[in-house]
Parts: sequence; structure tokens; C-alpha cells
Amino acid sequence: MSIESEIRRIQVEVEGYAREYGLDFFETIFEILEFDELNEVAAYGGFPTRYPHWRFGMEYNQLTKGYAYGLQKIYEMVINNDPCYAYLLKCNHLVDQKIVIAHVYGHCDFFKNNAWFSKTDRKMMDNMANHGTRIRKFCEQYGQERVEDFVDYCLTLDNLIDPHAPFIERATAEDRFSPQGGVTKLKAKRYMDRYINPADKILEERQRHAQAAARKSKFPSESQRDVLQFLLNYAPLQRWQQEVLSIIREEAYYFTPQAQTKIMNEGWASYWHSTIMTERILRDSEVVDYADHHSGTLGTRPGQLNPYKIGIELFRDIEDRWNKGRFGKEWEECDDLYEKQTWDKHLGLGREKIFEVRKVYNDVTFIDTFMTPEFMEAQKLFVYKYNPRTGQNEIASRDTDQVKQSILFSLTNFGQPYIYVHDGNFQNRGELLLEHRWTGLELQMNHAGDTLRSLLALWQRPVHIATYLGGKRVILSYNGKELKTTEIDAERKEKKEEEKAEQKS
Amino acid sequence: MVRKIDKDKARFDKIIRGRIKKDLKKYITGREMIGRKGRNIVTIPVPQIELPRFHYGNNEQQGVGQGEGEQGQPLEGEGGKGAAGDSPGQHALEVEVTLEEMAQILGEELELPRIEPRGKSRIMAASGRYSGIRKVGPESLRHFKRTYREALKRQISMGTYDPDDPIIVPIRDDTRYRSWTERQNPDNNAVIIYMMDVSGSMGREQKDVVRLEAFWIDTWLRSQYKNIERRFIVHDAAAKEVDEKTFFHLRESGGTKISSALELCTSMIEEKFPPLEWNIYPFHFSDGDNWSGRDTEKCIDLLNDTLLPVCNVFCYGQVKSAYGSGQFKRDLDKVFKEDERVITSDIPDRDAIMDSIKDFLGKGK
Repeated sequence: MSIESEIRRIQVEVEGYAREYGLDFFETIFEILEFDELNEVAAYGGFPTRYPHWRFGMEYNQLTKGYAYGLQKIYEMVINNDPCYAYLLKCNHLVDQKIVIAHVYGHCDFFKNNAWFSKTDRKMMDNMANHGTRIRKFCEQYGQERVEDFVDYCLTLDNLIDPHAPFIERATAEDRFSPQGGVTKLKAKRYMDRYINPADKILEERQRHAQAAARKSKFPSESQRDVLQFLLNYAPLQRWQQEVLSIIREEAYYFTPQAQTKIMNEGWASYWHSTIMTERILRDSEVVDYADHHSGTLGTRPGQLNPYKIGIELFRDIEDRWNKGRFGKEWEECDDLYEKQTWDKHLGLGREKIFEVRKVYNDVTFIDTFMTPEFMEAQKLFVYKYNPRTGQNEIASRDTDQVKQSILFSLTNFGQPYIYVHDGNFQNRGELLLEHRWTGLELQMNHAGDTLRSLLALWQRPVHIATYLGGKRVILSYNGKELKTTEIDAERKEKKEEEKAEQKS
Repeated sequence: MVRKIDKDKARFDKIIRGRIKKDLKKYITGREMIGRKGRNIVTIPVPQIELPRFHYGNNEQQGVGQGEGEQGQPLEGEGGKGAAGDSPGQHALEVEVTLEEMAQILGEELELPRIEPRGKSRIMAASGRYSGIRKVGPESLRHFKRTYREALKRQISMGTYDPDDPIIVPIRDDTRYRSWTERQNPDNNAVIIYMMDVSGSMGREQKDVVRLEAFWIDTWLRSQYKNIERRFIVHDAAAKEVDEKTFFHLRESGGTKISSALELCTSMIEEKFPPLEWNIYPFHFSDGDNWSGRDTEKCIDLLNDTLLPVCNVFCYGQVKSAYGSGQFKRDLDKVFKEDERVITSDIPDRDAIMDSIKDFLGKGK
């Protein structure tokens, strides 16, 4: 039997089991590739038809070298699309293929059902091909160098999007046209007026209106997190540049949920490959190979969290807790250690619960809700810190609060700074001011400066970012010639604004 | 058919080699190529370009890990270098290779030409090869088969050979001995003489740069010559020969007299490395702050009169120190502008090491 038909046979079998367990997925198409083909596909992020760019060459170079020197090997690749595409490595052992196929069905189920993926483009395979065609056309028309440079500029900004944007319902037209100017006064006889419409309330409302008006005259009226959208709308771009930018933005949004759910997604897929393998399809002769592969996937290394490991353990922990009824008020309030240890209410709600969890949570809420101190202790999690004296990372603490906080911090906004468009007409000179919201860490200033250069290439007027340096509020500016850092006295500025608002009212 | 990915890869390679999009060059990580791990194995990171973005700096590096260990215990399996993993993706992929492969990669990356040994007629080594036969010689070189063949020939021609009873008895005249012919081969010996300025202005960073550079020069020259000897000379106002370890760690203070090193180098060559037998590579590293113009003149005379005639090439690398770069490179350039035997190179920082190696070895000398 050829490998293809053998794999096909396994696929049908595994798919049957997956449905039996209640997994729900788009039709899944498996492609079997040689290692260099798989590396190529992987370098393109799973989309073989993507636009030309050197960074895919870089990825490919790494994957090939890594494979050639035996450091790493991609077993599989799954694409969130309807139908789902999954790429398998031809030279894999048949046991590996079984594991991988089972793993793939876990991912497919997750893509289809997790809420954070609900707004992603399920025809991305076609769409990416269109993007590729368009950018190739631009390359022919305007020169590869020029187009690639512009793509580079866009890429340096592609983390400046709003991951929650797909879920936000924007203000409706009605809201926008609601009466603003006048103060609402209730009808009252003259002598009653100052009781029914007290003067201080009226004043307050007037001020509120004035502020709203001031806000309206600002551009953008509210700080906007989707910097790319703002640039698309207002930067003086040529038609093709606009298209390139919108392509980069679209792709950034497409990949966002995968970054938002890395731990859950891998955990879920690992949970299912392990379940299907051990309960259904594993043959006696394959146990050792399976154990070897599985432990390799879930292995931990000191300085890193393995998302596969954390994810699968957390899903199993949830399943166990809901099976035994270890949740809710009664459980929380119990402080008898022995009772807690032997707690088992035989509820059997585990499976149901984890299916629910995979539907509505993302990594941040998943960790925040379900990672218990007991779990962190059992998993031997710790926080490490860099010790400048020894030049090494050292275990700093095993305190569960700190561990959780540290994980959550690294996951929140993917461990990246929050950056908003604050003013599109800064200093009334059409300059662009971004704002970095303080969350405790400073920006890497060299890179921030270079990013401003890219931003200027798009905005074509001087650009600024308000951020923090050495505990002080500063504005980093680039005017096309030089980078400049100016300190701003935040307090004074705020006061000025307050005064202005008061004067107006 | 050319695959799509090959085009992208070619484009990436061009950027890495600095042929196109030069403004991206500063974002290349993993170019440093540090050799470590055992005697013959080194690791090299695969080059990557990290586009700038708004992201957090490394002030307050921390993260979460999993495993055994007490508080305060360093994480296992991590090198002593900082910047070790808080988030994946910042890791440069590291590849282990042997030194030989390394030299090959280096050669390919920097497009170094193979070295042509200096003036073939001059450096020759006679080596014997047993390729002939003669009638006299020591018993230890007796050629058994030839001897019996001679005896057989003689017996047949004398009619004493009986095929039914083939007894062959060689006599003295039959014996044949192996003999050698002498061949003139271009010789494969090279000596690298490293000289370094260890005056007060050369700090640790500068020495690290020199050490890395020396490692790469070694690696390349080793792949080109059969025997490599290395000698180390340090100097401030006076020069002395030291061992390798001292060379890279010694810190002196005081002034700089480059001529002292060149003098010692000259006498070393005269005593131990006759230029007829050796390819000679003096490398001199300094921050270029020579004591006086007169000493520089003396250096130039030394080079012209004694060193250059005997060396393959004289290389001078000027490392930038905290006190800036000195005058010496400019002086050399002025005098030896047209002279191919002197190569000078600026090494402002670690990133420049590869370029300067290309300067030094790119001429194939």
C-alpha cells in the first residue's frame, strides 16, 4: 500500500473517532509533502501562494538549516480555513502520522468553534492568493524594490492594531446625531425652577457638553488603537500603497486570534491527540514510539513555558475538577485539607466543561480563570529574573500570585505595548502623535526611533510618540532628518487643558 | 522550475550580504558568530533580520519557567550570556558545526578566495616518494616481487627453470630495492604572528573584538595551510612574547610604541621562521594611538626594509576604543596606499569583525 493511501486510511479512521468524541470541524484536506516542500509552506505561514517577501526566505533558511542539522522538524501545519488545510511530512513514521492527524483534528475543531476565531476570514486561502497576485502586480508596475520597501514599512507597524476591533460595535448614526448643544431643562414654574433644575447641575451639564464638543473638534475624536486603520483613512498614500497597507492589516488581523489562543489551541490539540491515541487507535507495537513523540512535544525547558504542556495540563485539570465537583462556593470555602484531597462528587461534568472552555476563552482569560495555586505548584512553575551580577537568569520566586501575574503580563496584548493614535493634527501642523500607555515597561528606544522612520514614510509629515523614559514623560519625534527626544511636563499640560475647558464653558 | 521560495531566499541572502537594502543591515542578528563548545565544535547562529517595532526594552527581564530548583538557582542549560530567552522568537537559532565546516561556511559567506601560497619557487619543501627501483639499497627496502621476477627471468633465459618444479633462487644480482625520487612541493607551513597593543586604552571590549577576529583568522588560515604556528606578542612601550592566554587577558597600562612590536616580530622571524620555509602572516591590532610621529616613521621603515619583503601580507586592524581611534591607520594608508602587501582595516565594534576579516583575507594572499 502506498504511503498516501495508508495515510488516507488512518485519516478516515481518526476522523471517525474525532466525531465520536464530539469534535466539530470543517472538512479537512490533508496534503502530504516532502520536507523542503513543507518548509516552504511553513515559511509562508501556511499559504503557499503568498506575496513575495524576503522574510519568507529568511524563515525558509532557518527551517531548512534547522532541519538539516537535526535541530527541529515540523511535523504538521494546520490552516484556519474552510475547508481546513493540513500539511503532513511525508517521511514521518506512521505512528507519527497518526498522532499528527489526531492533533490536526483538535486544531480544526478549535478554529471552527473558538469565539475568537469567529470573525476570521474562512476563505483566507483564496484571499491570500489574491493578495499575492496584487502585490506581484504592483512589483511589476512600480518595481520590486519600491514595493518591498513599502511592505517593510507596513510590517514594522503591523502590531499596531486593535485585537478586539472585530468585536466592537461602533457608535451608530443615531448616537452621532443626538442633540448635543443645549442643556436639557425640565419644565417648571419659575419659582420652582431652581429646585427642579438646580444651578450646579446645569453648570455640570454645560461643562460636559463643552468637553464633548472639545473632544469632537479633536482629530481623532477619541484615541484610536487601530493605528493601521487610521493611516489607511488619513495618510496621504497612493492607491497601490493603500492596497498594500490594507493587505498587511488584513493579514495581521487574520493571525491575531492564533496568537491570542496559542496555549489553548495547542493544549486542546494535544489533549485530543493523546485521548484518541491512547483510547482508540494506538497499537501495542507503537506504544514506545508514541510515548517518545508525545513526551518530546510536551517536554519543558527551564527558561520557557511550553504552551503544549501548560495547555494540555490545564485542560486535564479542568476536566478533573469538574468531574469531581471541585469548583463553586462550597469548594472554595472548604478549608479542611483532608476533605479537599478526597473531594469527589462524581459529577462527571469534565468533558462538557472543557468543550465550553474551548468555545469562549482565550489564553488570558483561560489562565486567569483556571490556573489555580494547586495547579501552579503541581506544575512547578516559577518566575525567573535576570541577575545582572551573575549574568544569568535565576529562579526568583515560586509564589503563585507572582507566577500568574507574570504569565498574564506576558500574554496581555501579546506582551506588547499599548499604542494609540492620540492626535492626527498635532501642534495644528498635521503632524501625527501616537501615545504609548504606561504598563510598567519602557519601549526599546532604538527600535522605537526606527519605527518612527517607517511611520513617517507613510504619514509624510513629522511623527511623534509620547512615551516614558527613565521615569519621565517624553515625546520622541522624527521629522525626516533627525530624531529628537523632548521631555514634557505632563502636569502643566493637563492643567492648561483644564483651564481651556473652563474658559470655554 | 525556480520555486517561489528560492526567489525570496535569494533576496534574503542578498540583504544579509549587504548587496541590497543596506538600511536593513543593522537589524541583522546572529551575525556575530561566536565559536564555543569544545575543541572542534562551534555553534553559529543562523542570521535573522528583526524589523524594528514598538516593543518593550529589556529593562527588567523576567519570565515564567517550569521545573525543579531552589530560589536563586540559575536556570540550567543556559549559557552565561544575558538576553537569554524571555520570549521565543528572540532566540537566534544556533547550529553546531565542526571547525572545518565552519571555515567552509566562512569562506562562502565572505566569498574568500583560496590563498595562493607565496612565490612558488621560493617556498619549496623537498619530499621523497618511493617511486623507483634500483639495484642497491638497504635490505629493509628490498622489493620482494621484483627480485623474484628478476630471478625468474634469469633462470628462464639460462634454461634452469622447470615449470613442473618451479623453484626459484635469487642470487645477489637479482635483488632489487625500492628507491625514492625527490619532488619539489610548495610548502604548506604558515605562521601567524599576532601583535596587540595592550596599553591602557585597550579595554576588555577591544580585546574581545581582537579575540573573535583572531579566532576567525585562525579558522580560515588553518583550512588553507597544513601546519599553522601561532605566536603572540603584546606591547605597550616595550614588547614581549607571551602565550595565547596571556595575550587575550593581559592588561597593561602605559604608552604605545608600535615599533617595539614590529622589532620583536622581525627578530622572531629571523630566528625561527626563515621566510624560505614559512608563509608569514603578521597581524597587528591596536587602537592606533602611537606614541609619536617619529615612532610611526620608524614603523614604516621597519615594514619597508625588513618585514614586508618576507611576509605574505601585513595586516593592521584598528580597534576603536573608548578614547577613539588614533592616527596610525591613516599614516599607514598614506604610505602604503599602492602597496598590496599592507592591508589595514577599521574595526569600530563587534559587528564590523566580519567585514574586516574580509578586508584581511579577501585578497587571497
